[in-house]
Amino acid sequence: MRREQQMDVVGHDRERVELIVPDSGAVVDGCQDQLSDIRLAQKHGAAAGLVEQAVHCDEGFAGGQICERKRAVYGKTAVQTEGDEQGLANGVQVRESPFAEGHISVVRRECENSQHGRPTRPPQATSLPHICLSVLLFAGVLSAGAVRYPSPIELAVSPDGAHLYVLCEGTDELAVIDTHTGKIAGRVQVGRVPKGLWLNGRYAYVANSWSDTVSVIDTSTLQVTRTLKTGFEPNAVFANETALFTANRISNDISIIDLSTGGETRRLAAGRGASYLTPSPDGQSLYCTHIYPNIGQHRAPPESEITVIDAEHQIVRERRPLHNVAGVFHVAFSNDGRLGLACQLRPKNLVPLAHVEHGWVFGDSLTVFGADVGEPVQVLIDELERYYTMPFGVVIAPDKSAAYISTTGANSVTVIDIARLLKFVRAASPSDRRALANDLSASSRFVGARIPVGRAPKGLALSPDGSLLYVANRLDDTVSVIDTATRKVARMIDLGGPTELTPQRRGEQLFFDARFAFHSGFSCANCHLESTFDGLQWDLEPDGFGKDIVDNRLLEDIDGTEPFKWNGGNPDLETECGPRTEKFFYRSQSYSRDELGDLVAYIKSMPLRSNRYRLPNGEMTAAQERGKDIFERTRRKDGTPIPEANRCAFCHAGRHYTNQTQVDVGSGKWSDRSPVIDVPQLTNIALTAPYLHDGSARSLEEIWTVFNPKDTHGVTNDLAKDELNDLIEYLKTL
Amino acid sequence: MTNKIRCLVLSLVPLAASAQPMPRYRWQNFTTADGLPDNRVFSVAVDGARIWAGTENGLGLYENGKWRVFRPADGLAHRAVTYVAVDKRTHDVWAATMGGLSRYSAGRFDNFTQLNSGLSNDVVYGVAVQGDFVWVATAAGASRLNTRTGEWALYNERNTPMHEIWTYAVSTGTSKVYYAVWGGGVLEYDVRTERWKDYHDPDGETEMVLYKDQGLIHEITTSVSWMERDKILWVTTYFGASRYDGRNWHNFMEKDSGLPSNFMNQVKGVDGNRAWFSTDKGLAYYDGENWAVYRPALQTGKPEMLVRDAQGKVKQVETDTAPAHNYVFGVDFQGNDIWVATAKGLSHGIRIEQEVTRNVTRRNDQ
Repeated sequence: MRREQQMDVVGHDRERVELIVPDSGAVVDGCQDQLSDIRLAQKHGAAAGLVEQAVHCDEGFAGGQICERKRAVYGKTAVQTEGDEQGLANGVQVRESPFAEGHISVVRRECENSQHGRPTRPPQATSLPHICLSVLLFAGVLSAGAVRYPSPIELAVSPDGAHLYVLCEGTDELAVIDTHTGKIAGRVQVGRVPKGLWLNGRYAYVANSWSDTVSVIDTSTLQVTRTLKTGFEPNAVFANETALFTANRISNDISIIDLSTGGETRRLAAGRGASYLTPSPDGQSLYCTHIYPNIGQHRAPPESEITVIDAEHQIVRERRPLHNVAGVFHVAFSNDGRLGLACQLRPKNLVPLAHVEHGWVFGDSLTVFGADVGEPVQVLIDELERYYTMPFGVVIAPDKSAAYISTTGANSVTVIDIARLLKFVRAASPSDRRALANDLSASSRFVGARIPVGRAPKGLALSPDGSLLYVANRLDDTVSVIDTATRKVARMIDLGGPTELTPQRRGEQLFFDARFAFHSGFSCANCHLESTFDGLQWDLEPDGFGKDIVDNRLLEDIDGTEPFKWNGGNPDLETECGPRTEKFFYRSQSYSRDELGDLVAYIKSMPLRSNRYRLPNGEMTAAQERGKDIFERTRRKDGTPIPEANRCAFCHAGRHYTNQTQVDVGSGKWSDRSPVIDVPQLTNIALTAPYLHDGSARSLEEIWTVFNPKDTHGVTNDLAKDELNDLIEYLKTL
Repeated sequence: MTNKIRCLVLSLVPLAASAQPMPRYRWQNFTTADGLPDNRVFSVAVDGARIWAGTENGLGLYENGKWRVFRPADGLAHRAVTYVAVDKRTHDVWAATMGGLSRYSAGRFDNFTQLNSGLSNDVVYGVAVQGDFVWVATAAGASRLNTRTGEWALYNERNTPMHEIWTYAVSTGTSKVYYAVWGGGVLEYDVRTERWKDYHDPDGETEMVLYKDQGLIHEITTSVSWMERDKILWVTTYFGASRYDGRNWHNFMEKDSGLPSNFMNQVKGVDGNRAWFSTDKGLAYYDGENWAVYRPALQTGKPEMLVRDAQGKVKQVETDTAPAHNYVFGVDFQGNDIWVATAKGLSHGIRIEQEVTRNVTRRNDQ
C-alpha cells in the first residue's frame, strides 16, 4: 500500500489513504480513522489490518522530531511498536511488515484537532508542501491514487465582490477565486467532505461533514485558525459575532458553539437530516431545513419542517410544517425579509410508480412564505411536459426582482420573476392556493427563464450588486458566471480539476442527470439524495400496484453485496440499474452499455462514511461489547441452541454483514408477493431508518419489539429490555 | 424575598423577634372551567412565563392568560401526564405519561416508548434533564437517554443495587442523580464514578420508627429533591420525610413536625434548609425551623394557613384564599410565586410581600 502525505499551506494534514488488497488488487479509499481502515481492509479480504500512527510536529519536521507516540494495532490487539522510532526521527519511515502475506499495512498521521482524540498540531506558517511519510506495501502492488475532482458545492462572495469562495467537497478544500481575473487566488485545505460555507466578516467557516468539525479560516491569510468540534455530520454552518451554529445531518440537531471558548454550549433538536441553515436578513432568526423527512407513520404522507431558531436566545422558536414534502434544500430571503423561498421535493411515493408524466413521481417545488404572501404556499417550478428537478440553491436579487434556483438534475438555473410570482399567489383563493402545490401549469405564470449551465449545478451566489450570478457546477468542476441582466452565461471559471474523466466520474454525472427520465422527471439522485437515500418507501410498478412496498437504502459500500433489489431478484448492479430502470422508472430510453458501466462504477465507488457511534479510539463501549456477544450468540439464555439459520451472525455475516442469501424471516406483509427477502447489509444501519424491506419498523427497536413475535428474525424474545438495548448499541457500530 | 425591612405586621399573634415570617400567598385557582385540561393535576413545571400542567387528561400550557391543551390527538404519547420537566437550555418540555415519554419542542411532539426506543417501560412516572441526558423513572426501571447520540441506558436490579424496579421519581444535579424507588428506598448515581448506591429504611419495611434519624424514614419513597449547591437530599415517602446531608439523616413525621400528614407525593427543595412538601392534607413549607401549611381546612373547606414554630406552637394566620385542594401532587416555583398541582385544580400562589419588624411583637392590622 502506498500513502502520500502532503503538508498544505495551512499546515493541515491532508491524507489520502489507499488500501490495496494484494490478492484481489482492490483499491479502496481509506478512511479517517484506523478502525474504519481495519474494517475496510477486512472487508476486502485482508485477514487483519495493521494500522500505525505517527505524529510529527510541523516545526520539527525538518529535524524529524516525533511529537506523539506511535501506536500500532494488529487485529484487535494494541501493540506498541518501538523499533521504528529512529526511522521516523530521520524523517523517513522504512518498515517491513512482520505480518504474513495477505496482510496490508496502513500508515497514517494524526492531525491537529482531528477527531477521535488524536493529538494536535499547530498550524504551519510555511507554504511549501512536505512529503511526510512513505508507506510500504507488503506483498502488494503500488498503484496510482484515486482521482479526485474538486466537485464545487457551495459558494460565497466577499462583501466587496472581489473574491468568490468555492467549497470543493471532492478535494476537501476551499478555493478562492479573484472575480476580476477569474483565476484561483488560493486554496485552503479543510476537513473531509466539506459541505457548508459561511462568510462572516474576516472569517470563513467551513462545515466538514465527515470530520464532524468546522474549519475557521482567516480570509486575509487563508489560514485555518481553529477547528471546532460539532455534532455528527455537519452540513451547514452559520456564525454571528458570538456563536456558531451547525446543522448536523446524522444527529438531527443543531450545535451551538461559543466562539470565544470554541466549546459547544447546547444542542437543539432539529428535524431529520438537518442540512441547511439560512439566517433571516435581520439576523434574528436562523432557518434550518432538512434533506430527509421526519419519521412518521408507515405509508403516511411525508412531512418535513423548517426549524426556526431564535439566534439571540439560541432556542427553537417554532417548527413550520411542510406537508407532503421530503427533501428540503436551501432557503433564501429577500433583503427586506418579507419573502422567503425554500427549495424542496414533493415525492409521490404513496402511489404506484406507474408513470412519470403529470408529476406522478416528483414535484420540484418551492415553499413561498413570509409577510408578502401570508399563509405559506407551495408552487411547482416544473412545466407540464418538462421537469426541472432537484431544486437546490436559491438566491434572491438585492432589488427583489428575481430569484434564481439551481436545478441540479436539469443542469440549469431557473429564474423566477418575483413580482409575477407574488401577483399570482396573491390572486389565488385559499382553496386555489392549496391546489397550487400540484399545479404544473403554474410555473408559466412566474418563471422568467431557464439558463443552461454546467453539470449538476449546486450552490449559488450573487455579486453584491446582483449583476452576476455564480453557479457551482459540481460535476464539471467549473463555476458558471451569469449576467443577470441578459440571463446568459457570460463566462466559465475552471477550478482546475483533472481533465480526464474516470468511469466513476462519468457515472456520477449520470447519477445526477435527469435527462434519461421521461420529461426529465428525475434522476437516481432524486431518491438517493446526495448518493444516500430518502427515508421513504415506494411502490414500484413491476411488482404490481400496492404490492411489495420497498424501503429506500443507502448506497455506500454496496459493492460485493449482490444480489440486489429487496428480494434479491437482480443479480448485479447492471441489472438493477439497466433496462429495468429504463422500463419501470424512467419510462424513456435509458443508459447505453458504456453509460451503464460508468454508472455502476460510480455506485461501486461510493466511499463508506465513518461510524460515529464507537468510542473516540475506535473501541466499543461496554454496552456495545455486550451487544456484540448477543449478536454472535449461538444459544438462548436458557442454554438451548439457536438454530444456525436463526442466528444474527449467520445471515448478517461477512464484511458487509450479509451472507447474500434470500430468506424468510417472518417480516413479510400481506402486500408482499413473497415473504422471502434478500439479506440486507448492515453497514451504517444506524443512519437509515425506517427498517425492514418495506420500512415498516420505524426504529431498530421495532424490528424486534413489534415485528418479531415468533423469533423468526433472530431469537430476541428471551432478551431483557436492557439486553435488546445492548444489541441495538452494537448494531449502531456497524 | 429581599433584605428590605419595612414596618407592617401581618400576623395576628406575636412573632418571634427577628423571625422571617412564613410566606403568604394569594391563591388563584384554575380548573377545567378556566381551560385546564383536567382538574386532577399531577405535576406542574414553570418555564419563565409559561406554566406547564401535567394532568390526568392532557398536558396544559398556560401562557398569556390562556390555556392550551395537548392530548394524543395532538401528538402526546398518552393523555395521563404524570410529570413534566423543562430543559432550561432549550425550553424543550419532557412529559412523563402512562404511555411513554413525550418531548414537546416548539410545536412538535416526539414520543419514546418501550417499543420504538430503549425506554424501559411505557409507564413513566418521572423525568429530569441533566445537561444532554434525560433521566426517566418508569415502572420497570430507570432509563437515561443521551440526547446527542440517541443511546438509551437502562438501570434495573441487574446493574444497580435496586431490588424493586418501580422507580417513581428522579432528581438530578451535576454530581448526583437520585431516584425514589417505590418500595425500594433511594438510589444514588454518582456522575463521576458512574456507580450506584442505595439507601434504605433501617427499620425495614415497617411503619414503625425504631431508629429515628438513622436512615431513610421509609422504603416507599415517592419523591426526591437534590440540592446540588448544599449537597442536601430531600426525600418524601408515604410514611414521613427525610433530609440527608451525606452523613446524617433527619426525619420528619406528622407527630413531631409541622407536616400535616405523613403521606406525601412530592418534595421540592428550595435549598439545603428549606423545602416544600406536597401531602394529602395540604401543602407544607419548612424553613429550617418553622412550618407553614396552606390548604382548605379539612373540616370546613375554608382557606387556612397554619404556622408551627420551632417550639411546636401552632398558630393560625388569617387568609382569604387557599390552594384548590388539600390533596397536593407537586409544586414548582416562579420567582417568589409558587404553582401547586392538586387533585382538584392548579393553584397559583401569588406571593404577598411581607414586612419584617425586628423587636416588634404585636401590631393589629385592623
